[in-house]
Formats: sequence, structure tokens, C-alpha cells
Amino acid sequence: MTQTTTLSQRNIITMESLTADDIHIILDTADSFKEISTRAIKKVPTLRGRTIINLFFEPSTRTRTSFEIAGKRLSADVINISGAASSTVKGESLVDTVKNLEAMNPDIFVVRHNCSGAPALITQFVNKPVINAGDGIHEHPSQSLLDLLTIREHKGFLKGLKVVIVGDIAHSRVARSNIHAMQTMGMTVKVIAPPTLIPIGIEQLGVDVCHDLAKGIKDADVIMILRIQLERQNQGLLSSLREYSNYFCLTEEHLSNVSDDTLIMHPGPVNRGIEISLDVMEGPRSLILNQVTNGVAIRMALFYLLLGENDANSN
Amino acid sequence: MRILIKGGHLIDPANKKNGQFDLLISKGIIEAVEPEGKIKDIPGVEIIDAKGAIVTPGFCDMHVHFREPGHEYKETIETGSQSAAAGGFTTVAVMPNTFPVNDNRSVTELILSQARETSNINILPIGAITNGLKGETLSDMGELKEAGCIGYSDDGRPVSNSEIMRRALEYSKMFDLPCIQHSEVLELTKGGSMNEGIVSTELGLKGMPTEAEDIMVHRDICLLPKTGGRLHVAHISSGGSVDLVRQAKAKGLAVTCEVAPHHFTLTHDACRGYDTNAKMSPPLRAQSDLEMIKEGMRDGTIDIIATDHAPHDRIDKQVEFSKACFGIVGLETALPLTLKMVDENVISLERAIDMLTFQPNQLFKLDKGTLGIGKAADITLFDEKMEYTIDPSQFRSRSKNSPYKGWKVRGKVLRTLVNGKTVFKCN
Repeated sequence: MTQTTTLSQRNIITMESLTADDIHIILDTADSFKEISTRAIKKVPTLRGRTIINLFFEPSTRTRTSFEIAGKRLSADVINISGAASSTVKGESLVDTVKNLEAMNPDIFVVRHNCSGAPALITQFVNKPVINAGDGIHEHPSQSLLDLLTIREHKGFLKGLKVVIVGDIAHSRVARSNIHAMQTMGMTVKVIAPPTLIPIGIEQLGVDVCHDLAKGIKDADVIMILRIQLERQNQGLLSSLREYSNYFCLTEEHLSNVSDDTLIMHPGPVNRGIEISLDVMEGPRSLILNQVTNGVAIRMALFYLLLGENDANSN
Repeated sequence: MRILIKGGHLIDPANKKNGQFDLLISKGIIEAVEPEGKIKDIPGVEIIDAKGAIVTPGFCDMHVHFREPGHEYKETIETGSQSAAAGGFTTVAVMPNTFPVNDNRSVTELILSQARETSNINILPIGAITNGLKGETLSDMGELKEAGCIGYSDDGRPVSNSEIMRRALEYSKMFDLPCIQHSEVLELTKGGSMNEGIVSTELGLKGMPTEAEDIMVHRDICLLPKTGGRLHVAHISSGGSVDLVRQAKAKGLAVTCEVAPHHFTLTHDACRGYDTNAKMSPPLRAQSDLEMIKEGMRDGTIDIIATDHAPHDRIDKQVEFSKACFGIVGLETALPLTLKMVDENVISLERAIDMLTFQPNQLFKLDKGTLGIGKAADITLFDEKMEYTIDPSQFRSRSKNSPYKGWKVRGKVLRTLVNGKTVFKCN
């Protein structure tokens, strides 16, 4: 490896707690791992004999698969446990579930949970590292890291870039992670959404708030679109998806007024034509699939940094 | 058997006594209170040396949850009473959100019979305002009073329906007992687990806005004049509500309110790190609310300190924040937390004692909370200076859920007497 430095954290729970150095280390490590996924034989022995438990209490395709592939490309054994199959369905508490799993001696937990704070709770009861793969509407650090990697690849740097995040900020763990991480990296963040989807006090985190998509994206270097969910309508947060689209769906027309270098991102899954038009989604500025590719590298980097460097102790 | 409490600094707000007095108890009744040294030569008297201690009427907590019947794994009348005695409380009013709910004579009688058998403090049941706490139909308030209830509340839940609340205030007038409201507009707090604000935004937890409390307090105050009932606002937590109660009192309306120690010592920042011991309802609020709460204590808008003692087992707290139960153990930390307000010059020591003793008894029109001659000898002795670190594992309560673990505080209960009998003594 080019880096021999280690992270300040032994768990990856929030971007808020990672330093700029941590983030640089993770991104550089991920960079060096990208090549492995382009080989014909996509496997290195780095984490041979290590066991990764993917504990997903909430449905996920992209993130779970990405963590699984990342582990397997490093030769780790990856166990997937989904919420429906876990014993919490039978009434076992989260704490008991993870204590039981830990008794089988895995090396690391990857946790997705619909309750904010669940991974943080788990860290209090297990001695093994925990990676938060998305908790409620709190944080989603690996998504934020892959976003940063993708932006850095295309811009060459992060500091000073202007990012706008459009959509359901109130219910987005991606937005929360990115607001913290991007500010740590010296970027500025603006959020664009109807007032009902802007959480109380968000300005205190140092972000600008805007309710006008066309105006808000004018000088953006990066436009990140978030998924909007139909159920917000029943909560009185949206009038209709139709009206939401009228005001907040990113279209080619919007892009005609911004720089050609502006990057378009979306953490997925996409509601085609609701928050982003098909043209934009599949257009030349869209990095949506690059994000997914980089997700594997980021997760390989996280596994390596949290597990790989302890190799000497494992014998 | 006579007992002489000697050499202490006696504070009895109801009788405006504050100084060095000795107190003589005979057969569980206060026989004499005289300046130090005046009571002499009583043969066979047991002497309690109170030198250096503050001697006050026994504390009254008008808002506790003792979980019996129904959730005895969290607390029982027996363990709750031990917790109360250790905290200096000689009288508690137990909320009706038991299982089954205390909305009829048989449950009230069960509580009182358990109290007789297992408790050595005064247990006063509060009956439900509505049957099953459902907010739909009025409970048999007369029967509840006859069985021993001293007030009405659906605590834990608000009486949401304005018509039902209006009628409750009207109907309860006939029995001259207060309606105690847990003020919360449920539509505004649905799914919420902490105060709405910057902290809930950062933690990604659904918030419960202060408006949910303010609107309900305002509504109830609006209902009050025509009904002639008595409204007591439970565990006031928002600055806006304090303002509303202040205005209503200025108009001469029959409204009172209580504050819990956690609402004048903690803010929503305590929820950071997803500490479920900081999860309560109403939630810990912002610093600006806390300041307005203190102002309400200072100017007398807030009448009473009540702990909302809400014991929960680890089963209910060692879980995801949004799934955790609301509430904390309150009885055993109330005194030192209240004394913090004395330290901060929010209230005088005498007013602090008043809010813990005479005021809550006044609300229920009980002949307690004073050290008057002929009254029951319910007395608390405490050392206002003794410093120590709060250790929930030492609580007498069956549950240990407290956000105050590790707090360095001062003020320790030395001895608690009920009807002249020592029910707690500090080792």
C-alpha cells in the first residue's frame, strides 16, 4: 500500500466523526483497490480467513451486494443476514442478536438498520469493528465516501467545490453524511427542497437552504439528486409527486443553464422521471453508475483499513 | 414513644419557620416545635441528632409511576416506596397507567391494599380521566374518589378530544379534584422520540415540537373558565407553556403546573450518542426552554416539583432509541437536582422545600406537607452540603434508568420518617 497510516476510528459509524485525514486515507486506499475489480480474476488474498457479517435489517440490493462483493474480492468469507431471516423477527433484541453472532467469532459487522443510532448501539456491546451501512435517517458513511471518491476522480480535488443536494433532505441519511463529510473536506453544501422536506435547524450545520431548483443549481459543481418517496404524501409533506416533479425534477432544461463540467449524481434507487429525467440520468454528466462501481472500492478500503492491518496479530 | 429531632435547621414553609428548631413527635404526631434547646427533660425520649441537617416536612411527589399492577418487573409499590423514602419522599401520587388501568374502584382498592401490605409511605392513587385512558368516555370519577383517588389524569397520554376534556373539567368540579393533563397534541408528535430541533435533525430522529405541548396547554386553559374545574399541567417542559400558564394565572384561572427536575437540568443535547436514558416524554428541550422553565420557577408560575418517576427495565431501554420507552427514575435524584436550582439562585432553599412539600399537598387539599402541631410526623432530614457522585446501580428503585450517572452533586437525604417512624436512614 502507498499509505501506512491508520484511521482515527475503529468503527465507521458517522462521517461526522471522521477527520479529513481519515477520509483521504480511505479514498486513497479505495483508489488503489479499483484496479482489482478490472482484472479477469477479481480476487486478492488480503482478508483470507476473515469473516464479515452483513447484517441487514432493512431491504437493500445495491449496498448489501456492494459490501458482499467487496469482501469476496478480498477473499473474506461473507455472511449475509437479512431482517426477515434474523431472529429479531422472533422477538430477540438487537443487542442479543449481535452478541450471539459475535459469539461465532466474526471479524467485522456491517449493519443496515431502519432505526437511527442502531449501529452506534451495537458498538457498545460487541468488541469487533462495526460499519454503518445506513441507519434510519441518520448517516450512510460508505455512500458518502463513494460519492467523494467519484467527485475527486472527476474533478481532481474536493476543496472549494460547490455541491447542491436536491430532494428529501429531512429523511436522507445520505444528505446528513455528505453535509458533514463535504464540509470536513472544505466543500460548500446547499440543500434544495420544499420547506416540508428540510429538517429543522439544518442551517446550523452550515448549509444554505433554497427552495428553487433552477436558481439553486446555477453555480454548482456537483448536483446530487435524492430519491423521493411516495409515502411522504400521506404524511402531509408533499402535495403530489406530480407537483413535486414540476418544481424539483432535474431536467435537461435546467442543465442548459449550468456549466458542462457540472457533475450529476444520485445514490439510487432512482424514481425515473420523478426526481430526475431519463435524459439527465443517462446523459454524459451523469455519474450514477460510476458511483456504484466506486462503492465496491470504498467498501474494500474500509474492510482493509479496519481488518487488514491487524494481520500480524491474527496468528 | 416520643422522638425529639434536635439541633437541626428546620424549614417549614407553610408555617413560615426557617431556623434552629427542635421538633417533638409523639405517637406519630408532631407535638411541639420550639426554638433549639427549649424542649428538655423528657423521660425516655428517643433523640435524633439533627445537627448540621435540614429538617423539613416529608417530600411529596405528585407524579410517579409505580407500575403495579401490570409491569412489576420495572417497579412495584414496594420497591417504588423504598426509592421514594431514599429520596426523602413520604407521599407519592401514583399515575393510573398501570395494567389494568386505574379507572375503577377495584384497581384503586388493589393499589391501596398493596400499599398497606408492602409500603411504609403514603401512596395516593390518581384515577383515570377516561376509561382505559382511551380518551373516549369519562371514568366514574365519583367512585374513584370514594375508593381513595385524589385526582384524575390520563398521564402518558393526553385527553385529545376537546369535548371530553371540557366535560372532564366540568364533571370533576363536583368532586373538587384536579384534572392533571399530559399536554401533547399527538398529531404533531407521532413517531417522535425526542425534542424537535437541531439535535433531532443531526441524530436523524423524528422530533416532538414544543408546539405540541403549547397548543394543548392553551386549549385546556381556554376550556377552563366556563367549566369551573381545576387544571394541573403535568411536567411542563416548553418555554411557551410556561408563558401560557403565567398569563392564565394572571387572569385568575384555576391552573397550576409542575416541573420535573430533568427539565431544569438537562437539554436535548443529552440525547447525543443515542442515550436512551435521555429519552422522556415530554422530551428534554432546548436551552432556551430550560431558561424559561427556570424563569417560571423564579417568578412562581411553576408551583410544584414532581419527578415523573418512570422506572424502566434494561429490556425497555437497551434498545434502538426510537424503540426505547420514555422516562427515567426520578425519586432518588430529585433533591440534589433541586438544590442545583438553589445554587444557581433560581429559587431559595425555602421555596425549593415549598415546591417539594407544601405546594403539592395544597393541590390535593391534603392536610400534609407542614410541620404544624398535630400533623402527621412525615419528616425529611437531609444534609444540603454533602457531596457525592450519583450511582444508579445503588438506587432502591427496581430500575436503574437515569441520565445522571456520574454527576457530582450535593444534598443527601439522611433520614425519612413517616408517621414518626423511620422508613429510610442513610448509612
